[in-house]
Amino acid sequence: MLSPEVQRRIDRELAKYPADQRRSAVMSALAFAQDEHGWLSTDIMDAVARYIGMPPVAVYEVATFYTMYNLRPQGRFKVTICTNLPCALSGATEAAEHLKARLGIGFNETTPDGRFTLKEGECMGACGDAPVLIVNDRRMCSWMKIEKLDALVDELSQAAARGEGRPGHGSGGPAK
Amino acid sequence: MNAPSEFLNYGPDAILMVGLNGRNWRLADYVARGGYGALKKIIAEKIPPEQVVAEVKKSALRGRGGAGFPTGLKWSFMPKNYVGDKYIICNSDEGEPGTFKDRDILRYNPHMLFEGMAIGAYAMGATRGYNYVHGEIWAEYLRCEEAIEEAYAAGFLGANILGSDFSFHLYNHHGFGAYICGEETALLESIEGKRGMPRFKPPFPASYGVYGKPTTINNTETFAAVPWIMRNGGEAFLELGKPNNGGTKLFSVSGDVERPGNYEVNLGTPFTTLLEMAGGMRGGRKLKACIPGGSSAPVLPGDLMMATDLDYDSIAKAGSMLGSGAVICMDETRCMVRSLRRLSYFYYEESCGQCTPCREGTGWMWRMVDRIERGQGRNEDLDTLTSVAGNIAGRTICALGDAAAFPVISFIRHFRDEFQYHIDHKRCLVPAYV
Ligand SMILES: Cc1cc2nc3c(=O)[nH]c(=O)nc-3n(C[C@H](O)[C@H](O)[C@H](O)COP(=O)(O)O)c2cc1C
Ligand code: FES
Repeated sequence: MLSPEVQRRIDRELAKYPADQRRSAVMSALAFAQDEHGWLSTDIMDAVARYIGMPPVAVYEVATFYTMYNLRPQGRFKVTICTNLPCALSGATEAAEHLKARLGIGFNETTPDGRFTLKEGECMGACGDAPVLIVNDRRMCSWMKIEKLDALVDELSQAAARGEGRPGHGSGGPAK
Repeated sequence: MNAPSEFLNYGPDAILMVGLNGRNWRLADYVARGGYGALKKIIAEKIPPEQVVAEVKKSALRGRGGAGFPTGLKWSFMPKNYVGDKYIICNSDEGEPGTFKDRDILRYNPHMLFEGMAIGAYAMGATRGYNYVHGEIWAEYLRCEEAIEEAYAAGFLGANILGSDFSFHLYNHHGFGAYICGEETALLESIEGKRGMPRFKPPFPASYGVYGKPTTINNTETFAAVPWIMRNGGEAFLELGKPNNGGTKLFSVSGDVERPGNYEVNLGTPFTTLLEMAGGMRGGRKLKACIPGGSSAPVLPGDLMMATDLDYDSIAKAGSMLGSGAVICMDETRCMVRSLRRLSYFYYEESCGQCTPCREGTGWMWRMVDRIERGQGRNEDLDTLTSVAGNIAGRTICALGDAAAFPVISFIRHFRDEFQYHIDHKRCLVPAYV
């Protein structure tokens, strides 16, 4: 279930913690698995539990607590936009509305073609760059005024058409 | 990473964020700015650890993460003759709405943080450490990973630092989305690979921290100030600010200003100076309200804020908190009900659910503010809100309960008319809205 690449990345994290505290690497391990699979199925969480050597239920607890873990299939590109007050004062509300209109979906929904999932985020510690959003947990985009949003959606649509982005998008139904 | 191209200007007072252009973050650049000089000197001259702590005490450096606790005093709580590993942890889990200063330290000057942590480790006899980086800033995390490797390779971290018998192993740890993990004991749980649920205190981290070991937790900016203090003396740092409020502070200015951004100013600087640095209010409008210390700090009416100086004691006297130094400015076109609604939603979303008053109270408050905003408020709602908020504050394991209550109490205290208008007229008093 966990590719050699994911295992290599987890091993690198494990080395940061005392030998009897392997569990400390669980957050990174889940994030790496998500990078590859797009979301965390029970099978994947169980594989992480086995690899680290901790009870599966303890892995589920972590996966359900932190908001960036995907517990359902997502679109190829998950776009999370911060709408908290400091960002809202600099155009985040309008940016979020624009994304919804452009993609034709609301928050926590996935486009029928399985390309995009839209999420509402909380403060990303980048309020000076508002509006800010994050693509697939890793790529932060700053000062996302309307033109830049359109350019991003175009770029990601093309990437999705080439089969890029994360796997795991399913029927296009609602994503959690 | 969206680094502005030429020159980063944090203002004329800047001592920590000076000489940075977004690209000169590497070890060689930092050393060229005099970096790691303090650590080298301490090790070469075998300066006693107590003397380092004493210097930090003299500087009147106070925690930059929110609570403003005196750093030197905190450091002196670490047990001295403990056998086994002791830890120091940097709280780079910057998620307090309005705060974006630590991110700049991590991406533009990461070695300043690592040097500060190494000096802290020396002073407290800590052998291991973690830098807990906010989940949303992956690029900054990768930069810290690269920078930390440079520091190990140059012998500033690891075993036998600079050939001495002082060893300190530091690692970056990446979060994955939970505001509560900024709370120090939730952060400890998170490093242990658990849900970020705050712990009861006591025992305090200094006696029972990560993995049950003595631990000291400080904010990124707190550690980052330490090299300057050791290089120039605690007295010099103190003199930049005012008694009990030493040094400079990074303020993250957001909201209705012309140039949102980070500015480093001497503590005690008038707020009006900071506002000028940020280009003044957008479109020349008037400051209606300001949250001076991150969303958890009580809001202040604009005229009160305009008369306040930026230091822990002055802002406290004005009725709020310096907190994390996140200054959120709102102009006269902003609806206070709508603003509070967004903040209340945040605390409701982010409550870890452990304590009943916080878990139930944050949802209750959000529902009431939400219905007032939608024109469905009831006459008794304002009193109920104030009373629910009062019943959360001080009755929870961690301060998230207080953080959720302060905005509610302060928005209603200062802008009660606006809330009442929403209830009576089922619409907003101000023309535009957030
Ligand atoms: C809900 C909550 C969130 C917090 N978030 C942060 C944070 O993002 N960064 C931070 O440094 N401190 C945060 N704190 C404060 C920490 O608990 C702790 O006081 C601080 O890291 C200590 O460092 P300092 O003394 O250097 O400020 C938070 C506290 C609470 C209650
Ligand atoms: S409020 Fe949006 S990044 Fe801070």
